Amino acid sequence: MNATATTPRVHYLNANYGIASWLLTTDHKRIALLYLATITLLFFIGGAAAVLIRLELITPAGDLVHSETYNRLFTLHGIIMIFFFLIPSIPTVLGNFLVPMMIGARDLAFPRLNLASWYLFTAGSVFALVVMVAGGVDTGWTFYTPYSTHYSNSHVVLTIVGIFINGFSSILTGINFIVTIHTMRAPGMTWFRLPLFIWAHYATSVIFILGTPVVAIALSLVAIERVFRVGIFDPALGGDPVLFQHLFWFYSHPAVYIMILPAMGVISEVITCFSRKRIFGYTAIALASISIAVIGFFVWGHHMVVSSQSVYASMVFSFMSMLVAIPSAVKVFNWTATLYKGSVAYQAPMLYAFGFIGLFTIGGLTGLFLASLAVDVHVHHTYFVIAHFHYIMVGGAVMAYLGGIHFWFPKITGRLYPEGWAKFAALVIFVGFNLTFFPQFLLGYLGMPRRYHFYPEEWQVLNVMSSAGASILGVGYVLPLIYLVWAMRYGAAAGPNPWRAAGLEWQTSSPPPTDNFERTPVVPEEAYAYGPKEEAEVV
Amino acid sequence: MWSNLPLFPEQASTHAARVDELYAFLVGVSVFFASLIFLLLLYFAIKYRRRSEDEQPHPVYGSIPLEVTWMAIPFVLVMIMFLWGASLYIALASPPADALEIHVVGKQWMWYFQHPEGQREINELHVPVGRPVKLTMVSQDVIHDLYVPAFRIKMDVVPPKYTTTWFEATKTGTFQLFCIEYCGVAHAGMVGRVVVMKPTEYERWLQLGTPEEAPVVAGARLFQSLGCSGCHAANAAVRAPLLAGIYGKPVPLATGQVIIADDSYIRDSILLPQRHIVAGYHPVMPPYQGRVSEEEILQLIAYIKSLGGEPLGRGMTQR
Repeated sequence: MNATATTPRVHYLNANYGIASWLLTTDHKRIALLYLATITLLFFIGGAAAVLIRLELITPAGDLVHSETYNRLFTLHGIIMIFFFLIPSIPTVLGNFLVPMMIGARDLAFPRLNLASWYLFTAGSVFALVVMVAGGVDTGWTFYTPYSTHYSNSHVVLTIVGIFINGFSSILTGINFIVTIHTMRAPGMTWFRLPLFIWAHYATSVIFILGTPVVAIALSLVAIERVFRVGIFDPALGGDPVLFQHLFWFYSHPAVYIMILPAMGVISEVITCFSRKRIFGYTAIALASISIAVIGFFVWGHHMVVSSQSVYASMVFSFMSMLVAIPSAVKVFNWTATLYKGSVAYQAPMLYAFGFIGLFTIGGLTGLFLASLAVDVHVHHTYFVIAHFHYIMVGGAVMAYLGGIHFWFPKITGRLYPEGWAKFAALVIFVGFNLTFFPQFLLGYLGMPRRYHFYPEEWQVLNVMSSAGASILGVGYVLPLIYLVWAMRYGAAAGPNPWRAAGLEWQTSSPPPTDNFERTPVVPEEAYAYGPKEEAEVV
Repeated sequence: MWSNLPLFPEQASTHAARVDELYAFLVGVSVFFASLIFLLLLYFAIKYRRRSEDEQPHPVYGSIPLEVTWMAIPFVLVMIMFLWGASLYIALASPPADALEIHVVGKQWMWYFQHPEGQREINELHVPVGRPVKLTMVSQDVIHDLYVPAFRIKMDVVPPKYTTTWFEATKTGTFQLFCIEYCGVAHAGMVGRVVVMKPTEYERWLQLGTPEEAPVVAGARLFQSLGCSGCHAANAAVRAPLLAGIYGKPVPLATGQVIIADDSYIRDSILLPQRHIVAGYHPVMPPYQGRVSEEEILQLIAYIKSLGGEPLGRGMTQR
């Protein structure tokens, strides 16, 4: 490609202007940016609730807000972060942008459906947000019955409507990815030449399609019982409250894998690029993604070990939960081995990847504590569980999301972010994260219950440490917002491939043209073709 | 504030020590693997750091023996965790037959306990040290969960059915008790304490205060006043199953199933008698749902349990 010196090159960002060109776009790259703006806003709103929670917990007494407010705050934090940030984060932003580019396609299979998913997502999230901020809901993000169907005096049904609408967005995105990956791969892009990011998104899409309808049905039944008093879950009407937990976790446990699998995909891309190595054990990692998606559907009962489900059911779920640890461990070992005899650079995305592996390892290992039945009985519903899933979802998924945003920032915007600031922010986040959540493991084993507005005094020191860490973590999250927005305008020009990364998305210009590639690429080799080139590159 | 920084919960039951051993094993395995990964990452990241921008290291594709090894070793370890955790869990689900049985009712936002001798307590549970105590629990409204960290026990307290857990305290003292299933506005206030006493002190405590009706006695009274005896007594005019000696025995149902007459079955049969019709009987009993409180049901069960002796005729002993 020759640089055109006189007229600026036409790419997806400057192809046309105006608000309508964004709101009516069917370009997967622009839709990715629409999602980015929406979920960034939601992330900071969910984060603000967490700030208030941590402020309240600095003192043992419930002295900052009333219990009614506290319960609404942790519910809002959970619902926003899980349904409206973590689940959509990597798939709808990075996945939307990269799935077509990585397989050499011009767009997703159904571009208008893609835009429709963003509208559904925005409608659902704005609706739920308004309900939760203006009125509030106090059931926890888990909506346990019969509290949610009868006893809660808050806006349960309206919140459910928001989540329900949002569910369609997930399903449509899943269908779009699956069809795209099946039908739109460039010539030569066989299944086992796909980047692991694509495998991860394929596995995630399967969960979207199989899991989302179940949670939509479960929540609809809550709304039906609440409004029409039809006995489903409420024992006063002849229902069974534990049934709800089965339906809810059948989706909500696999939802954890929706959050972590795409994150693992990002890490595979980043690690290989910054060690200039083929991924160690490509097939093992690809199949690990699929087995996590499959086994992940049979572990939901580990959330119900003290719920009165039968001893035998608990044992089966404990066994399956132990099994699902194996493919996760395989991935960690393979990423570590990828560094072996590599050429390791320490740019910000790689720092995030290191952070991911470390924190995900701790999160995964503490997951074994929860899969082991007798220990689970003791730590269930305590801060141990809170710490564990934040290590997976924040230490894992959010670290990978930020690492991915930095890694592909030059591709998305055509500009470089300030490396020094980015490394600094990654470090601040890592330190702040550990200070926030490690004390919560100790609190949990001591027995501190989650969702407690006030607590016994002997737990104050650890809670103060956690809140102090949260303030550092908060700074760490605001920093990238500032310098990345700055770099969108003032960053140095990136060029097509500043990291010298393999992968089709790096072969086109940055920002990419509207159709992604000047001509359809042909794929002659496996993914991650790093290493010395035997013959000169023929363009 | 810094003077008390507990890092480990008190061990105050036979079960607690066993859970802590498993916990120590899990911590050991986790520290080993986490250190292994961190050290390897650090070592590789430093040893193979990029020394020039144009480095192109030779590819390494992977290794089947390595993949098998790092699947097999974790598999063996997690199976140990599974079996160890499950065996303790099964023990926790099997209270000893001679356990002292205490009834627990959870309601927004308090705990109600009743001892077999009749003592009632709210948010406080007195028990003797060194004797197994079984808790039979039910909720009057939403799901609660009774948790005593020092005993490492926890069990949901669910509205439509009885759940049980048990413990044997190993030291005297006062231990915190929490509701740990989110149950509404005052969830964090639904706390109490377990007071573990020497057996002699416990006996003395049982004598204290105004003596209350023992559950069995209250149950016998209710059995009359609610009209149960009108049909279920031996000389009753209406033909209904006799209840003497049925507790814990199999009951043949009209559907052909056989069900064990445990606490949950009796509770169901009082509240929604149409649910399980005993073989050979007509569904004529009215439902008592909404007419008896959870405490009263527990008293009725205590009474039915106390009816020893051979059941007399009318189909109850046909199997």
